[in-house]
Amino acid sequence: MLTIENLHVRVDGKAILQGINLEVKAGEVHAIMGPNGSGKSTLSHVLAGREGYEVTSGSVTYAGKNLLDMPPEQRAREGVFLAFQYPVEIPGVSNIYLLKAALNAMRRHRGQSELDALDFLQLIKEKIKLVEMDEQLLYRSVNQGFSGGEKKRNEILQMAVLEPRLCILDETDSGLDIDALKVVADGVNSLRTNDRAFILVTHYQRLLNYVRPDYVHVLVHGKIAKSGDADLALELEEKGYGWIERQTAAEDAA
Amino acid sequence: MAASAEKLERLISQEYKQGFVTDLETDSLPPGLSEDVVRAISAKKDEPEFMLEWRLQAYRHWLTMKEPKWAFVHYGPIDYQAISYYSAPKEGGDKPKSLGEVDPKLLETYNKLGIPLYEQERLAGVAVDAVFDSVSVATTFKAKLAAAGVIFCSMSEAIRKYPQLVQQYLGSVVPPGDNFFAALNSAVFSDGSFVFIPKGVRCPMELSTYFRINAANTGQFERTLIIAEEHSHVSYLEGCTAPMRDENQLHAAVVELVALENAEIKYSTVQNWYPGDEEGRGGIYNFVTKRGDCRGANAKISWTQVETGSAITWKYPSVVLRGDNAIGEFYSVAVTNHRQQADTGTKMIHVGKNTRSTILSKGISAGHAQNTYRGLVKVLKGAENARNYTQCDSLLIGDKCGAHTFPYVEVRQPSARVEHEATTSKISEDQLFFCTQRGISAEDAVSMIVNGFCKQVFKELPMEFAVEAQALLGISLEGSVG
Repeated sequence: MLTIENLHVRVDGKAILQGINLEVKAGEVHAIMGPNGSGKSTLSHVLAGREGYEVTSGSVTYAGKNLLDMPPEQRAREGVFLAFQYPVEIPGVSNIYLLKAALNAMRRHRGQSELDALDFLQLIKEKIKLVEMDEQLLYRSVNQGFSGGEKKRNEILQMAVLEPRLCILDETDSGLDIDALKVVADGVNSLRTNDRAFILVTHYQRLLNYVRPDYVHVLVHGKIAKSGDADLALELEEKGYGWIERQTAAEDAA
Repeated sequence: MAASAEKLERLISQEYKQGFVTDLETDSLPPGLSEDVVRAISAKKDEPEFMLEWRLQAYRHWLTMKEPKWAFVHYGPIDYQAISYYSAPKEGGDKPKSLGEVDPKLLETYNKLGIPLYEQERLAGVAVDAVFDSVSVATTFKAKLAAAGVIFCSMSEAIRKYPQLVQQYLGSVVPPGDNFFAALNSAVFSDGSFVFIPKGVRCPMELSTYFRINAANTGQFERTLIIAEEHSHVSYLEGCTAPMRDENQLHAAVVELVALENAEIKYSTVQNWYPGDEEGRGGIYNFVTKRGDCRGANAKISWTQVETGSAITWKYPSVVLRGDNAIGEFYSVAVTNHRQQADTGTKMIHVGKNTRSTILSKGISAGHAQNTYRGLVKVLKGAENARNYTQCDSLLIGDKCGAHTFPYVEVRQPSARVEHEATTSKISEDQLFFCTQRGISAEDAVSMIVNGFCKQVFKELPMEFAVEAQALLGISLEGSVG
């Protein structure tokens, strides 16, 4: 589904990603872990198409197409979803209006007819149960006055409604209490299917207690320094990132 | 980041769709202003003597006045002798008696603007008075309104048919010498709308005037007067457009509202005069005096305006809260783009006891535009327990535009409560990226964010106009959910 080859990215002239290679197949869950400043968030932003990132070399192929050629809305419509670390507030625009505009944009892209108000409402009411979110929040301005947990649930709700093929969660677990973390994890688990893939970007192992990844990759200084299965995350929890960083430094020196 | 600022600017640049010219034979006065011109206008309109005298007095007063310079707008000197003060589509012989006799080209113009004048088209039950350059060309639904006792006609017709009402109320809210542009208007106004709602009547439909400047080098000086007698109610809408021309054109209107005891007037404007091109060439100078007088107890006047057009806007729809418990409201969205300049706001003058006013102003600036809110809240000695709440929000798009707020507060009554809140924000890259990441195009995302910013004001507009206002901001609202 997604193939990243030798991806190099600069931000403000500074090299952040320095040769990422990653293969994500449909149905898989990959966790990207790493210390602060290792390039985790840069990777998720580059995949989603945010401006301000300069790809200096390498390629990203998604569903057989060059992902880097597409503007962000095109990527979204093709099924790439990013759950934001810091969901933005949009005053005066109701949550449900945003959801409807987004869903209908996707549907038009897929050649489907737009949903009318009733069908749409029915769909939302079904999906909202998944994230145990108060229905009142649908009618409030997007994320305005939402608690940290409500904002993250809202992201998962959007994911559930838009039904993307590749879901990238950028530190969705940060700042969540244990109950909210469970809700987010349950949401993700219920959306796991054979034709959908997940990239979970996280600093901590604790989300992975609830969402078991197929692969864990450790990002250090803009490169994947180590890959393994779910056990690698447990090892990191125990030992921290220091030993991988030292290992990488030693290899680089050699 | 500069790249996204440019993108934003591109997104909000839309072409002016009402910029076409209708090719009509006109009956125009040559450019220039003198007592003779004032007399000629009055004669063309067949006015009674008192009206000519009124005009001449205003003209003589105007000669002694200076153009105001305090507004935060910049423009070259206006040559008042280079403007033609009267232009009307030529009619074969007498005035048209019905819509069937109106020049088809005119009807076509209004159709093109989306304002069908044929009554059978039933503009969702809105009665329209269409003012083309200097004259009113058609007023619809007259019979139905007359049955309710409502008078809705052109100002010229009102002067001929209801001289007592005109004499009693004209200039009673905005006196001829009120300010430079009001004095000029009083001398040379050519047409406009007149509304009279008798005691106890709730006007059975929305009333609307559609103003159109067509001829070149012509000023438009319309005069609108709305009188709502005791316990009456009226909602009035006003829309405006003009062709694209390289020269600036002057629009100096005066609107007067009189609300007697327990009467309510709701006045909504969607102003879309030609704003000039990207370099600031051409466009309308919109120098307008609008004022309402809550003359009786419990009267209410509410101004709602969506200002997207004009090269320069200078406009402060105001309310004098004379009667006890009177209510004044001002809801405004002012959008400026490219080189547009707007200095707009309101004045709320609290005279009576327990009078209340609300001011909600949303300014949006993009390109190189300058957007200023200027407002005065004045509480006189006798206005016990007067209350005002003001909120001014500015939204900036890009980094070359400006937003300014000048709130003036004068309180002479210790029990008064006056509140003022102001915010300035920018459409952030984060918001835009978030929306596009959800599959929404960047254009739609900007519209959505701007629409959200204006929501509190749009909800004050009558349904018909809310839709037009949203469309003006490039917004397509899908369905009614949310």
